[in-house]
Amino acid sequence: MPDKNSVLNDNDAIEISRTEELAYELKISEVMSKNVKSLPPKMKMDTVLDIFQRERFSGAPVVESHQLIGILSIEDLIKYLRDKKKDATVKDYMTPQPVTMHQNEAVVEALKIFSQTGYGRLPVLNKRGDLVGILTKGDISAGLLTALQKDYHAEEIIRYRTSHLFEDIVSDRTSLILRYNIRKGDFTQGGNASNHIKRALLRMGASQKIARRCGIATYEAEMNLIIHTNNGGTLRVEIEPHKITVEAYDDGPGIEDVEQAMQPGFSTATHEIRNMGFGAGMGLFNINRCADEMELISSKDRGTNLYIIMYLNKSEETKP
Amino acid sequence: MKLSRVISLIDGELLSPIEAESIEIGGAMGADLMSDVLTSIQPEAVLLTGLCNPQVVRTAQIADIRAIIFVRGKDPAVETLQIAIQENIPVIKTKLGLYKACGILFQAGLPNYELEAGEDCVQ
Repeated sequence: MPDKNSVLNDNDAIEISRTEELAYELKISEVMSKNVKSLPPKMKMDTVLDIFQRERFSGAPVVESHQLIGILSIEDLIKYLRDKKKDATVKDYMTPQPVTMHQNEAVVEALKIFSQTGYGRLPVLNKRGDLVGILTKGDISAGLLTALQKDYHAEEIIRYRTSHLFEDIVSDRTSLILRYNIRKGDFTQGGNASNHIKRALLRMGASQKIARRCGIATYEAEMNLIIHTNNGGTLRVEIEPHKITVEAYDDGPGIEDVEQAMQPGFSTATHEIRNMGFGAGMGLFNINRCADEMELISSKDRGTNLYIIMYLNKSEETKP
Repeated sequence: MKLSRVISLIDGELLSPIEAESIEIGGAMGADLMSDVLTSIQPEAVLLTGLCNPQVVRTAQIADIRAIIFVRGKDPAVETLQIAIQENIPVIKTKLGLYKACGILFQAGLPNYELEAGEDCVQ
């Protein structure tokens, strides 16, 4: 974790945003060292010297009848060695009333104190004021790293689980069906469903190319439902190990001349819709280019059904 | 070309909290109709557009667009920015028009990433 004075390069800067977020999310109790060895105030400094040497301590809290009364650091020990004062006790050399942290505070609060004071460790107390742990900068770095790793693993696990869905579940024909209700005229949400579909495919292990192709085709179909229907419609995506079948259907008004509608540039969109960046007359044409198979069935009374099929098996991938 | 260089060439302003130095751009396309973008843009491009609604970001996410540049000094809608930040897509604003911004980038060696009619974008 960088302190205020460190110079960051640009690569660090990206990582930091998530690390900084974590510094706000993580509580001190999640990263502090528990099982703290504390010293009684009456302990002889000679004994402390032995303990610090043996246990490789660089500091310890001083506790008397469950209450934290001070902290003894390696600097204090050095002072004692210089003085050579016989029979000196912990109480003579400790720093009394140290700055403490509460266990439920965010890690970032401790970081502020570390950078303001230059202290090496902070005792951590619970609600009742009992000493429950000790926090060093090292604890924070380790805690943040663990949290970052957990983040990474969580996404890895999701990807692993979803990509093995079809192997884990046995049936004669397994498929996953995603359904999205698309509202007429809802431009703000336009593309939302396709974004979810693309993300789902990537999580299931589809290649970037297939996910992009399917994303483009469903996006066009989704916008058609928003722009051209009477009452909106449904986007239904069936994912099987070897193919993706997309169906976009609505209850009207239907397409008068399907062949004409397929021509690039042909559009019935209003000026208003064109102002929004749509209605270029490329939708169906574009879907057809992305699909391995496409069928458009439309009638004036029953509305429109659009079927798009893409094959996932590499040998069948006609459009890699 | 690094996105940071793209931004300095067109005197742009980065509107999202993203480090532009680390993003590599393959090429560019300029258009206002998103269907045209979906038909013709190649992955890893920067999109220059005068359209400022959320559909631009949705299009970018679907078509693997690396960054969006809003031309003609237009400010994108709040929803547009929100989705861009959520999707981690950098958005940039420039006072230049579409033609000039594209021209400067093309002259600086940023390739054309818009396919011509007849070429297939999904291949």
